[in-house]
Amino acid sequence: MRSLDPNLHRYATRTQGMTASEIRALFAVASRPEVISLAGGMPDVAALDVNAVTRVTAEVLRGNGSMALQYGGGQGLASLRERLCEVMAAEGAWAHPDDLVVTTGGQQALDLLTKLFCDPGDVIIAEGPSYVGALGAFSAYQAEVVHVPMDADGLIPEALRDTLQALTSSGRTAKLLYTVPNHQNPAGVSLSLARREQVLELASAYDLLVIEDNPYGLIDFKGEIQPPLISLAPERVAYVGTLSKIFSPGIRVGWVAAQEPIRDKLVLLKEAADLCQSNLTQAIAERWLATQPWYQQVEAFRELYRERCETMLTELEASFPASCSWRPPTGGLFAWVRVPDGVDSGELLPRAISQQRVAYVPGRAFYTDGGGRNELRLNFSYASRDRIREGVRRLGELVSDEIELVQAIYGDSGPSLAGGGPG
Amino acid sequence: MRRAHVAVLSGGLSLEREVSLRSGRRVADALEARGYQVTRLDVDDQLVVALAEGGFDVAYLALHGMAGEDGAIQGLLELLRIPYTGPDAIASTLAWDKSVIKGLWSRAGLPTPTWVALSSTALREMGAGRALGRVIDHLGLPLVVKPAQGGAAMGVRFVGAAVKLPGALVAALSYHDVVLIERFVEGVEVAVSVIDGRALPPVEIVPLHGRYDFSARYTHGATEFHAPARLPDITLEQCKAYAVAAYELAGCRHVARTDMIVDAEGVPWLLELDTCPGMTETSLLPMAAEAEGWAFGELCERIVELARDGALSSATH
Repeated sequence: MRSLDPNLHRYATRTQGMTASEIRALFAVASRPEVISLAGGMPDVAALDVNAVTRVTAEVLRGNGSMALQYGGGQGLASLRERLCEVMAAEGAWAHPDDLVVTTGGQQALDLLTKLFCDPGDVIIAEGPSYVGALGAFSAYQAEVVHVPMDADGLIPEALRDTLQALTSSGRTAKLLYTVPNHQNPAGVSLSLARREQVLELASAYDLLVIEDNPYGLIDFKGEIQPPLISLAPERVAYVGTLSKIFSPGIRVGWVAAQEPIRDKLVLLKEAADLCQSNLTQAIAERWLATQPWYQQVEAFRELYRERCETMLTELEASFPASCSWRPPTGGLFAWVRVPDGVDSGELLPRAISQQRVAYVPGRAFYTDGGGRNELRLNFSYASRDRIREGVRRLGELVSDEIELVQAIYGDSGPSLAGGGPG
Repeated sequence: MRRAHVAVLSGGLSLEREVSLRSGRRVADALEARGYQVTRLDVDDQLVVALAEGGFDVAYLALHGMAGEDGAIQGLLELLRIPYTGPDAIASTLAWDKSVIKGLWSRAGLPTPTWVALSSTALREMGAGRALGRVIDHLGLPLVVKPAQGGAAMGVRFVGAAVKLPGALVAALSYHDVVLIERFVEGVEVAVSVIDGRALPPVEIVPLHGRYDFSARYTHGATEFHAPARLPDITLEQCKAYAVAAYELAGCRHVARTDMIVDAEGVPWLLELDTCPGMTETSLLPMAAEAEGWAFGELCERIVELARDGALSSATH
């Protein structure tokens, strides 16, 4: 007998779901230039002033090279944490530099927070759909995700209450509420101010810690920046920030702002995970925020994405069948599209890539409960407006064709193809 | 003799791109380690120029899926007069389409599970959706639905109940415009590789959970293999004989792999003929070669040398 993995019996139980996937293999094709990819979530760093980054980097190495190339502390550079507090202030949240722990992007913050709070089987409440990277982190610690639906105003408090009650009556309690309240990935909606208060009241009533993930707060198309949850209830919220969408994802700088007991433990976890954040990239980020017009850069990103988003919405209107629906995103990087029930966006992806040379992310990736089959996520931050127009046009054609095919196969007994509202 | 300059072709825009890149990387590394001059080529619109100007003695095809296995690249290489590994363009075209190769087997009396082919055109324009009940009457349940073209078990769906058939058709049609609905044969999964007309030891495939689907194929350790397969000698011989027959019937050369299921009576039912067998860490041909006593590098070298010999002998005629 031959197994191709001699360590099979040694792997931790939590890795059991980590298997090869057909969808992942399809994305190997989607990354080729021949394919218009609306799948990823990449900021358009071409819009960055690379000369300025070069100057800043040289300045760091010349002026402070021995520090930048050395190990650093587990909490991150104090000078950077001061600047990150300025970024938070621009987002409407006030924190003290001592309250921050710098992490390798927001993703490590999510990983460390889950590691800190979740034992296998613990329940985390998350929006449905929710950020796929967070779901991956939760699953790696064997936490169970329970989704709560959203509408145009974000997470629905009544549904949250029902979910929490149902959990309580089945003898279970949720530990965490994970939410992206601003320009949510993937749904593109924001939590209204009234609901922010309701959600926090429920969090208090059911003793939930809220993880507020705010990567897109400043990428706001309507000038309606809402107060972050942490500014409304600092004792209830661990806030996750990142420079990925407002400066560079390659620099890998994110952070957590949280109360002292949480923060102290996070520093220990951070040290156990990777000793410290790279001093070099921290120092570059610090100099960028201290010496460059960083907020103008954010505005440039915002305008660029707003235009591309408009292009996408115009083309969706022109090319998608009437039975599909979507909401104009309030900001961020993504549009979330619902297709009729009978169309499965995951099953459609191979044809999208091989026939139409266009890629998206099937909705199922954003749920842990099998939801999202008739939903899909489109990114508008990376492709040019022409590519977005063409990609959406091709996809619209494909969806129309798939609706016809489903009708032909199922006849009258099939699933509904009429489509509903954007949910 | 000078070591040959080999172009290893992998990648491309096929849905099996990722698997192909893995195959190509391993083959290229192994050939380099054995002293060949190797150039790695992805398949894009610069390919013909790269091939024409590269001064290659042989092209090693580590391509999977459309444009790598359907005869297209083989035809091009013939035009460019570059010797290449694996079956020629005609054999590739015949093997690539499962309805064609199953038709050939069936006519030649080789056992292959009964099937019905349905095209999206038949469904859209001829109302074939209304005939699905008859398909089930004809083939019985359970069924396997698969795209008529393509590999790596992509788009393959097992159908245990009639209500699942339409969904499986939609899924398989996303990979190709024609799908096969095939009677499901319960039994032992076996893959038999043939090199230069001779069968290697059959490899038995035992997925630890569920079926031998994409995930079971490409997750290390998700499947156990036995080479040779744990079958009676007479059955092993039968499997080998059928694999050689399948290889010859399509007019293959150098290398090909036949996948089959051996039922409880010991009958091997032929499922597909793969003319560009995978060469990844989890692939079946390298396992069969190992059971034969050939290391991976030796296997790659044998295949390259078969292509060179063929070219030399045809040049002397």
